[in-house]
Amino acid sequence: MYVAVKGGEKAIENSYKLLELERRGPAEVLELQVKQIQHQLRLSVAKVMNEGALYDPELAALAIKQASGDLLEACFLIRTFRSSLPRLGYSKPMDTLKMRVKRRISATFKDLPGGQLLGATYDYTQRLLDFSLLDQKLNTDDEGYFENSSSPSDVGDTPSVMDILEQENLLQADTPLPGDPDPKDITREPLHFPTDRPTRLQNLVRSDEGFLLAMAYSTQRGYGHTHPFAAEIKYGFVSLIIEPEELGFPIDIADIEVTECQMINQFAGNKEIAPQFTRGYGLVFGHQERKAMAMSLVDRSLRARELDEPVESPAQMEEFVLSHSDSLESSGFVQHLKLPHYVDFQSELELLRRLRSNHSKEITP
Amino acid sequence: MTDSISNSTPDPLQDPLQDPLTDRTKDRTVFANHDQSTWQSSSPSSPQTGFNFAYLDEKTKRMIRRAILKAVAVPGYQVPFASKEMPLPYGWGTGGIQVSASIIGKNDVLKVIDQGSDDTVNAVNIRKFFQKTTGISTTQNTEEATLIQTRHRIPETPLKEDQIMVYQVPVPEPLQRLEPRAQETRKMHALADYGLMHVKLYEDITHFGKITSTYDYPVMVDNRYLSSPSPIPKFDNPKLHQSPALHLFGAGREKRIYAIPPYTDVQSLGFEDYPFELQTWSQPCALCGSKSSFLDEVITNDKGGHMFVCSDSFYCQKNLSGEKENEL
Repeated sequence: MYVAVKGGEKAIENSYKLLELERRGPAEVLELQVKQIQHQLRLSVAKVMNEGALYDPELAALAIKQASGDLLEACFLIRTFRSSLPRLGYSKPMDTLKMRVKRRISATFKDLPGGQLLGATYDYTQRLLDFSLLDQKLNTDDEGYFENSSSPSDVGDTPSVMDILEQENLLQADTPLPGDPDPKDITREPLHFPTDRPTRLQNLVRSDEGFLLAMAYSTQRGYGHTHPFAAEIKYGFVSLIIEPEELGFPIDIADIEVTECQMINQFAGNKEIAPQFTRGYGLVFGHQERKAMAMSLVDRSLRARELDEPVESPAQMEEFVLSHSDSLESSGFVQHLKLPHYVDFQSELELLRRLRSNHSKEITP
Repeated sequence: MTDSISNSTPDPLQDPLQDPLTDRTKDRTVFANHDQSTWQSSSPSSPQTGFNFAYLDEKTKRMIRRAILKAVAVPGYQVPFASKEMPLPYGWGTGGIQVSASIIGKNDVLKVIDQGSDDTVNAVNIRKFFQKTTGISTTQNTEEATLIQTRHRIPETPLKEDQIMVYQVPVPEPLQRLEPRAQETRKMHALADYGLMHVKLYEDITHFGKITSTYDYPVMVDNRYLSSPSPIPKFDNPKLHQSPALHLFGAGREKRIYAIPPYTDVQSLGFEDYPFELQTWSQPCALCGSKSSFLDEVITNDKGGHMFVCSDSFYCQKNLSGEKENEL
């Protein structure tokens, strides 16, 4: 029966075949097209692009299809693909003031320059199942909406709520780090604690949405409260500009969809600085308001050390947050327990038998 | 190792990874094609197209080799490196795979074991990965292998000077379970302040009358750095001391590489009155009769029946086939 331990090769082959059958499902059901996922499950696509750390809606949709809808598995596929891509260059800083907004709200001012724009959101819907979606509708009329929204239009800048507050010195200015160093690239250098804010933000944008949400939530329940206000949340298209050294002029290479969240938080001030609002920042691919908001709350709580606040709660501890935020790392390590541990377990069994036999000897001398 | 490095510098123009977006279908085929070739002792074959030799691009390999060189220069010291996402999950051997991929050459002969066996699922998977991406020969024969990637065991057959062992390491920091903050453990290593670990071992003795670490038993490398030997049973620890082979440890998720160079002192921790001790078994291997190998327990029925057999499957088979080794 020791031979039963053998045969892993064949078993794996069969597992691959079964997986493919299960993924496809019954043949009489139409096969899901990648394009359908890309356009009709766009919020899943956004999540996979964020945590997969690659802006490519088509490949994200493909990954979702291949992973049978397991979004963490899809993120894994994208991340692995990403790590095989060459780095061609860095873009210029993205100018979100020039965002062509599809939605923009502020919870701090009733009206503001640029206005409030609700856009497409589930926020104000009643969460009732729409049974009419059970029926497959053939061609609906999109009223030309998608042609209009994807074509570049020349809207002016949307003034930032933050700038308005900054003018009055009510809000801490967003100044670069001393010397304005290039941000570290967390895909090129492993995390080294303590970290700076650009490093933390890179980690947070790739981090698992559920983990980030729970961390953000914990700050609202007293574990490192930051008194947040959602100053501005917006979603829309932003131009991505590169300036190749050999050309020396900027090129607009793409429009990407992002969600940005600017959170303002109370700060008691200290000996040097008068009381002032401070910022938490969130920026994610696609339409992902929940993630952008959670990110901005956690960004702010992780600034505790910098702002001389006591570091007492998990969401303020950078090692705790940043080392456990990545779903590839956590999912891989939790699930590695499925791998054989015969040898370790055998060692523990042997020890336990010995300890137990010593124990009973001591009790009955 | 020199051989490996000189062998793996393909022409960048031939490198399909340089422009992977030109043909997306190509990239997809690799893990969908599952060839039926056997691997018992497979000969070189042509590697799968669509990826660089050994999967990683040459720049990444260079980065990892630099970390390896530093690790060899400072035995036992954990060198941070920019670990990449691999096609296997973190925690499933990505550190070992990256180390192997960076040093593997076309003339290498690879052996992959998990729990001592060449045939456990993850060992099979990793071996297939390298077969696909390098086309090099693989073997189960410990003596034939030039590169041995392992999880949780060191082979029973003594290692030789021209062999490299690559370990898959889940937790490279031996102090992590006593002090989870890397900022603190880094200080302890800098000061060689390992009191925390000694107190842990002392507490074991006061509670249980013995040191209760049975695997991943901490070692001092070159009398300087406290290191994790990876979760090998403590039975295997003495094999590291003054070993003629090079031992490389890769932790992908934790992004660390460290090394035990050939002929380095490796001491398992202990006290004068409670020294390091080895596991023993009251019976020999039920299959080959070896009295000197690490034995796994195999349950034979649902009435408590069990037998003990070698965890090193190659060693056991070799003994069975009558080719007793001289060392035995």
